[in-house]
Amino acid sequence: MSPPRAGAPGPLEQALEITRKDLRLEARAGEALLVTAPFGAVALLLVPLAVGTDVPLLRSVGSGMYWVVVLLFGVLVTFRQSGVDAPPQVELLRLTGIHPAVQLLGRAGANAVLLLAFELAVLPVAVIVYDPPLHGWPWLLPVLPGVAIGLAVLGTLAGALTQGLAGRTTLGPLLVVPLALPLLLAATQSTEATRYGRTPWNWLALLALVDLVAALAVVLSARSLEEGS
Amino acid sequence: MPEPRAHLISRSGGPSSGGSPSSVAHLAGLSVTVQRTPVLRDLTMTVAPGEAVGLVGANGSGKSTLLRILATLLPPAAGAGWVLGARLGTRDVEGIRPGIALVGHTPALYPRLTLGENLAFYCRLTGSSVDAADAALATVGLGRASDRPADRCSHGMLRRAELARVLVTCPRLLLLDEAHAGLDRGSARLVGLVVDGVRGGGGGAVVVSHEPDRLAGTVDRVVEIENGALRSTDPSAAAGAEVRR
Repeated sequence: MSPPRAGAPGPLEQALEITRKDLRLEARAGEALLVTAPFGAVALLLVPLAVGTDVPLLRSVGSGMYWVVVLLFGVLVTFRQSGVDAPPQVELLRLTGIHPAVQLLGRAGANAVLLLAFELAVLPVAVIVYDPPLHGWPWLLPVLPGVAIGLAVLGTLAGALTQGLAGRTTLGPLLVVPLALPLLLAATQSTEATRYGRTPWNWLALLALVDLVAALAVVLSARSLEEGS
Repeated sequence: MPEPRAHLISRSGGPSSGGSPSSVAHLAGLSVTVQRTPVLRDLTMTVAPGEAVGLVGANGSGKSTLLRILATLLPPAAGAGWVLGARLGTRDVEGIRPGIALVGHTPALYPRLTLGENLAFYCRLTGSSVDAADAALATVGLGRASDRPADRCSHGMLRRAELARVLVTCPRLLLLDEAHAGLDRGSARLVGLVVDGVRGGGGGAVVVSHEPDRLAGTVDRVVEIENGALRSTDPSAAAGAEVRR
């Protein structure tokens, strides 16, 4: 038998390794981008069919509809990812001695990447179908990853909270959506602010605050969640 | 092989606290409840350094639960237990977990990753050499299947891959559930190889099997568990082990 390497990897390396593993699994399953993203795009297409081709109306609601789709379908993405570890794999990770917060943050990292990809995949559909005003689009550069990170962390937290529960796929989204409302508010209001020529610093600060609080909640509750699972 | 964790032994598992610093695992009057159902009752057992204990019993008798207790994955409901010097049910167990290898009856491999990727992932998380993963796969006869996704492997191959993980882990406590399930006679020798490796390093092993005859020669003694309580031991297995040595 060969002895373990003397220098064990640090928490960041471990978290990145978990992120890489989750992304590799998703790349082979293709569920987030090949199934959920097209479904989200279809949802964006259905609204104009339902309300009619009222161009001014669609232009005014387009941005909001985009973020609602990101929120609802993004929850599905994060929850799907939270289920990739079956009980034997969860136990194996526990036996590696990795701090549970590192495990969850690694998973949240993968979720954030997938959500950002999801946002970018459905964004052109929203632009084409709703033709929203595009001035102020550079503000999307911080908003898109901010929403992805917040939603990813909240989804990961809810996934850990409901691990092993029979109704986790139903209960999880019910937990995440109310908590994610500040993200929706910050994202939509940032867009609105830029439309009227204002800088959305306040809304970006709210976005960052939600991300930070969610990450802190993961770090502080991870150990209890693991022991309770 | 990881160094003995003397600081944990002295902190939580010393004689004054009821622990057994010289043993790999020691359970004293331990009871376990899973979802309000008592599974293990007043169970006392010791695994000494260099010892392999066979565990037999009917379905639902509590064998897997006992392994999960020894793996520190379940807290005791009553009684006390020490594993690698850490008292069960305390945070001390977090420090000794990397010294424990649990091979459950369901493989802990990611189906969409190849066998090589599964082991490499584990190596990178724990700081082991990734080269060790390839060597371990070759040792268990899976060197050519390293690039095969786990969901395209037979149950026997998955079992062997799990044993390869143990070779990489170099545990001080090895816990094998249904050790011989899915393994043909030729592959079953790998169980003995892995157990001997742990035992030779001063560690201990608990091997669950539905086939007591296959335990002979692999373990030093056999313990039977019935309705959550230890019932008897079988010295013939020890004799078999002595003969084999």
